[in-house]
Amino acid sequence: MPRRTDINTVLLIGSGPIVIGQACEFDYSGTQACKALKEEGYRVVLVNSNPATIMTDPGLVDATYIEPITLKTLEAIIEQEKPDVILPTMGGQTALNMAVELHEHGVLQSSGIELIGASIEAINKAENRELFRSAMKKIGVGMPSSIIAHSIDEALAFTESISYPIIVRPSFTMGGAGGGIARDEEELTQIVLHGLTVSPTSEILVEQSVIGWKEFELEVMRDNQDNTVIICSIENLDPMGVHTGDSITVAPAQTLTDWEYQNLRDMSIKIMREIGVETGGSNVQFAVNPEDGEILVIEMNPRVSRSSALASKATGFPIAKIATKLAVGFSLDEIPNDITQKTPACFEPSIDYVVTKIPRFAFEKFPLSEDRLGTQMQSVGEVMAIGATFRESFQKALRSLESGHSGLNPPDYADDYLTPDEILEEQLQTVSSKRIWYVADAMRRGWTNESLNTQTGIDPWFLWQIRSLIEEEENIVQTEISRITPVNLKNWKRLGFSDQRIAELLKVSEDRVNNIRHEWNILPVFKQVDTCAAEFTSETPYYYSTFAEENESLPTEKAKVLILGSGPNRIGQGIEFDYCCVHAAWAVRELGYEAVMLNCNPETVSTDYDTSDRLYFEPITFEDVMHVIDLERPLGVIVQLGGQTPLKLAQQLDTAGVRLLGTSYANIDRAEDRERFADMLKKLNLKQPRNGLARSLNDAENIAAEIGYPILVRPSYVLGGRAMMVAESKTQLAEYFQEAIQVSPDHPVLIDQFLQGAVEIDMDLLGDGDNSELAGIMEHVERAGIHSGDSACILPPQNLSESVLKRLEVQGKALAKELCVKGLMNIQFAVKDDKIFLIEVNPRASRTVPFVSKAIGHPLAKYATWLMLGQKLKGIGFSYEVPETISVKETVFPFVSFSEADTELGPEMKSTGEVMGRGNSLEEAFMKSQIAAFQAEIKEGHIFIGVSDRDKEGMIAAALEFEKAGRKILATEGTYQVLEKAGILNLVKTSLDRKVPENIFACIDRKEVALIVNTTRPRKRSVDATHIRRVALLHKLPYFTTVEGTLNLARAMSSTNFGSKHSYQPLNLPQ
Amino acid sequence: MSEKQLSANLMGTTDGLLVLNNGRFFRGKLRGAPIEATGEVIFNTSMSGYQEILTDPSYNGQIVTMTYPHIGNYGVNLDDMESKTTHASALIVRELSHISSNWRARQSLDQWLIEHRIPVLEGVDTRSLVKTIRSSGECSGLLVPSDSRHTLDELREEALGLPTMAGQNLARQVSTRESYFWPSTEKKPLTVIAYDFGIKYNILRIMNNLGISVTVVPWNTSAAEVLGMNPAGVFLSNGPGDPAAVGEAIDAVRILLGKLPIFGICLGHQILALALGCKTYKLACGHHGGNHPVMDYATNKIEITSHNHGFSVEENSLPENVRITHRNLNDQTVEGLESLVHSAYSVQYHPEAAPGPRDASYLFGRFLEMMKSCS
Repeated sequence: MPRRTDINTVLLIGSGPIVIGQACEFDYSGTQACKALKEEGYRVVLVNSNPATIMTDPGLVDATYIEPITLKTLEAIIEQEKPDVILPTMGGQTALNMAVELHEHGVLQSSGIELIGASIEAINKAENRELFRSAMKKIGVGMPSSIIAHSIDEALAFTESISYPIIVRPSFTMGGAGGGIARDEEELTQIVLHGLTVSPTSEILVEQSVIGWKEFELEVMRDNQDNTVIICSIENLDPMGVHTGDSITVAPAQTLTDWEYQNLRDMSIKIMREIGVETGGSNVQFAVNPEDGEILVIEMNPRVSRSSALASKATGFPIAKIATKLAVGFSLDEIPNDITQKTPACFEPSIDYVVTKIPRFAFEKFPLSEDRLGTQMQSVGEVMAIGATFRESFQKALRSLESGHSGLNPPDYADDYLTPDEILEEQLQTVSSKRIWYVADAMRRGWTNESLNTQTGIDPWFLWQIRSLIEEEENIVQTEISRITPVNLKNWKRLGFSDQRIAELLKVSEDRVNNIRHEWNILPVFKQVDTCAAEFTSETPYYYSTFAEENESLPTEKAKVLILGSGPNRIGQGIEFDYCCVHAAWAVRELGYEAVMLNCNPETVSTDYDTSDRLYFEPITFEDVMHVIDLERPLGVIVQLGGQTPLKLAQQLDTAGVRLLGTSYANIDRAEDRERFADMLKKLNLKQPRNGLARSLNDAENIAAEIGYPILVRPSYVLGGRAMMVAESKTQLAEYFQEAIQVSPDHPVLIDQFLQGAVEIDMDLLGDGDNSELAGIMEHVERAGIHSGDSACILPPQNLSESVLKRLEVQGKALAKELCVKGLMNIQFAVKDDKIFLIEVNPRASRTVPFVSKAIGHPLAKYATWLMLGQKLKGIGFSYEVPETISVKETVFPFVSFSEADTELGPEMKSTGEVMGRGNSLEEAFMKSQIAAFQAEIKEGHIFIGVSDRDKEGMIAAALEFEKAGRKILATEGTYQVLEKAGILNLVKTSLDRKVPENIFACIDRKEVALIVNTTRPRKRSVDATHIRRVALLHKLPYFTTVEGTLNLARAMSSTNFGSKHSYQPLNLPQ
Repeated sequence: MSEKQLSANLMGTTDGLLVLNNGRFFRGKLRGAPIEATGEVIFNTSMSGYQEILTDPSYNGQIVTMTYPHIGNYGVNLDDMESKTTHASALIVRELSHISSNWRARQSLDQWLIEHRIPVLEGVDTRSLVKTIRSSGECSGLLVPSDSRHTLDELREEALGLPTMAGQNLARQVSTRESYFWPSTEKKPLTVIAYDFGIKYNILRIMNNLGISVTVVPWNTSAAEVLGMNPAGVFLSNGPGDPAAVGEAIDAVRILLGKLPIFGICLGHQILALALGCKTYKLACGHHGGNHPVMDYATNKIEITSHNHGFSVEENSLPENVRITHRNLNDQTVEGLESLVHSAYSVQYHPEAAPGPRDASYLFGRFLEMMKSCS
């Protein structure tokens, strides 16, 4: 059937801030949905709180609301926009949950809104464990057996029908806390008793364990005519027991016979029908017993997902786009296959290559939590690689990670207590984020595949592949560089070895390997991703490199620009940079050049083949980038929009004679090299905090003594403030040195004067090489000491005098001029007592660009691209004007995913995502940003305040505001005394000691608390304090750990501007 | 290219060559049985199911290129045989697995192919080969060790001389010589006579499961003989080669039309079409894969289907009393027919799957219903 004509306006709900488990794949799906709906001529209204998304770019849809995704906001926007239908399947769990909430509160019913894509019944059937179980029973599909137990007897009775191991999960604890795997009755008794205690409802789920079973996922699509197709099958290299988002996965399935695969296919279709997903995409996850092929279904998601984004990139089939078209009435045969353009979308892609996805982790950011993978997702990003064979694609994926691996490098066994074999033993038994490197090294150390299979459950087929690489590595090690033959080298390249890895094994330089390879003309070819294994001709230029015979990528004669993407999402470098790269591609195309994109992150919009003219899905390493440059011969390369990843390559590319568009390498280096930077500041007469460069602890102690404590210490040349810290004493400095040396042994440590209490400023500037223009200036809410990426910020600044603002602008422009900035530049300042200090200059786009673009209503990344391509600021006609609307950016943290992680902020960046609050007053904007960040309104109830001594005075102002807002304050002893003395009346004493009758935990359990405010002195984590913050997290209570944040919130709460009086305005179209 | 240049190009890892009748050649490593092979070179885009493909008699004499790069991963088992033995003449892959990983595996593919005398050319840029086949239509080739005493030019000449598929009655080669019986365990089963043009076991398995007993008869069994057995229906199987060359079978079907319900698959579909007065032709590029969308006009639903055919029924040749029931949505070719006069229908693709999706298995149910309503 053709598109529905009874629909006028469609409301699309986004997925909100980037968090673990819900990342930019939903910008990819959402953006496709927006485009698909617009293509069909519907009026589209979008709600998403995340400004860093492409989907929220004004102009993409008819009305874009960057607002919190809560019931209250949605109700108001629905009232305002009167949509006919809501498409809830594009915004992850957030959108799906929102749809259910709207239904439960009768909003859908009272406004006569229909859900398209998935009905409430289907959502409930898929999401509710019991409904799902009975649905599966009805169609004869097996699931792991389980019972809900309230006593040890019930749990033990279960073991009569099911054999050990058995999994115990307490109900309503976050991240499965208090659960475990029992191998016998004794263990079961122990775990059950503990589980019953920690569960607030004294309830546990006792479940048959399928740990070690093979894990598969199928991506299914169905249309309103009940036509069903499977887009992709995915096999997890890491078997059951590790969350699929944390597993290395491979497409298509490798170890299933056709008979088994067809069984999974038939089941998936049956499940989709039974759950009742009438149109769109779903994914179904299976466990398969390697011993006898028994199949159990684990879960299904009635929406597009991270896996469907991966499947889309892996096959070339745009699941979200097609799902959207199906939701508005089309059937699969009515939609053409974008890639072949000759065949319909109603088919099952066949792929003639292998795709490997490897997750990227950030455990180093959370020193208190153990690097141990389980059923709770903990990875922050992922890479995908395409190769002709598993080995090629796997090794490409390994080097795409940018985790310091050029391949299967041996792990670092530096440990004070354990021998390498003991470490290996431990690493293979528990699953850490580095398991694959340990598996490979175990092979070097003589472990057999049988024992590795027993230890890890990894399928023998994968183990064989990895072992063959290790054996080949040994061959390489034993080869003399002078005796290498073209046959050797070609063979190594076909197995996916990077030049760098070959060079490491041969103990020569990467250049040397590269030169020999070019001399012998051993070069990769590029093959097309075409959905049909070359059965039909196809037009879409989506390529991957492989070492084979025929090259299929034939560059055009047009002038082209290569844009280097930002690689895997990680803390410190996420969706913001992909946003910039996508804008660059659009801008390049607008100017009539061809845009060539190179990236390896499957979650992104930049790797949608629609975004650029030609897409290369490749690792962002010098070797891989040069292969594309050699083929495409672009007029220049953009390295300043993808964060540190492409910028790191600037020097090598520059040396290789590649033209970098925008700010020159020489000037990039002047900003990044500490000494040259200091010289430049001296020349411009700008002030830096006192600082020094230490290569030893002794060095550092001397410098610190000169500067005076507190000091800020960090290793040189890293992004996101990795391993950065404030040291207040000589002892702390010594402590830090032990850690920092591990982080970066070859680089010295930087020491800066720490400007206590200073206001931090972020400034973005555009430059055309001669002139520059202010793009945005933001005031951080939190004071110096908290990483700029982790602090909330306000645009325009609220607490700076005109004269300071003017001086900041003058200084920024002076720097831009000095560095001949072409494109974007970001500067961080600190202002203390009206004195301006320069903290950092980044000669590239920073993570603030999308936020600023939306706050001021100008597409900065697009302008930057035009400037890099030679346009002048005058020609673009952009000039900075202070916006009337106040915008607040707030950050979102992944603490809940990491057991034991403290929620306190510091100079090391920990946030994964951001939201934006917009309002007519600071209070309104700030309040919205907080609601958006916590993804909930602030509830009725008391405010808990328990802060360290140095923050106690600062809390008085906040407490007064809370009191004005009608809230009762619960305070710990010391805080209580200060607040009482200050005249706070609505005040009650409480305690962090559980033994005291009226302790705070009891209040939280009784749901009397609305908000937690808790600070401690840096580096002195008290157990109590960590604990109260963890409890807040687990109870989903908003918490504040800084004085400034608390004060802003208190003001927002007491001001009359908040609550039902919030106004919701769509973003303005860009000029 | 001279032989000397050629071996320089092959750089040692290469010890086998595939030379096509269009002059192109592909190099790789010879594995499996160390013998030469000739045949029509085709490709199959199924990502799994190599054992079923290699034992499907329809691939008789063909050099099969698998587009999926890893073949052999799950080994070979006892259950997934589609006939007693292998039928393809050679296998071309990017990578042949050294180990088999599956609970049902009994043997590695490599070992099994050695036993079944099938050579494998490994390490080929299969995508490039597929594009050659795609653009040149019919493609024959020979697979030889590269230390062959022949020069490349001689090999090319030999490739040019290879017979083409048109006009070849290959059903004769693969059909059973004696009839045999697959009984159903049902108490009162219907009995079907199945003409064996190269029948796949899964057809027999499915019919058995539906309560049908099947007598499989040689390709040239006469109509009188069939009628003499008094079956409930006649099944025309899949098989290799040019349908137009299987004259005796076409004649027999012509006689059986109207007397017994008839269901045909693949070559059987083409034979039925010819018997009904349609014409067949060789497709520019055959369908070989497990992902083709086919529209069933009886329900207007789309099924994803398994394909393996080089010939097709010409749409313009359909007489008035024959109508199209199924069509391929990729290239709009005829995928199913039925007689408006007689109880007879057929499909070009493989509802028995093995390998491939099972969406079209309902067609066997339709056959059962047709036989019941005719009896």
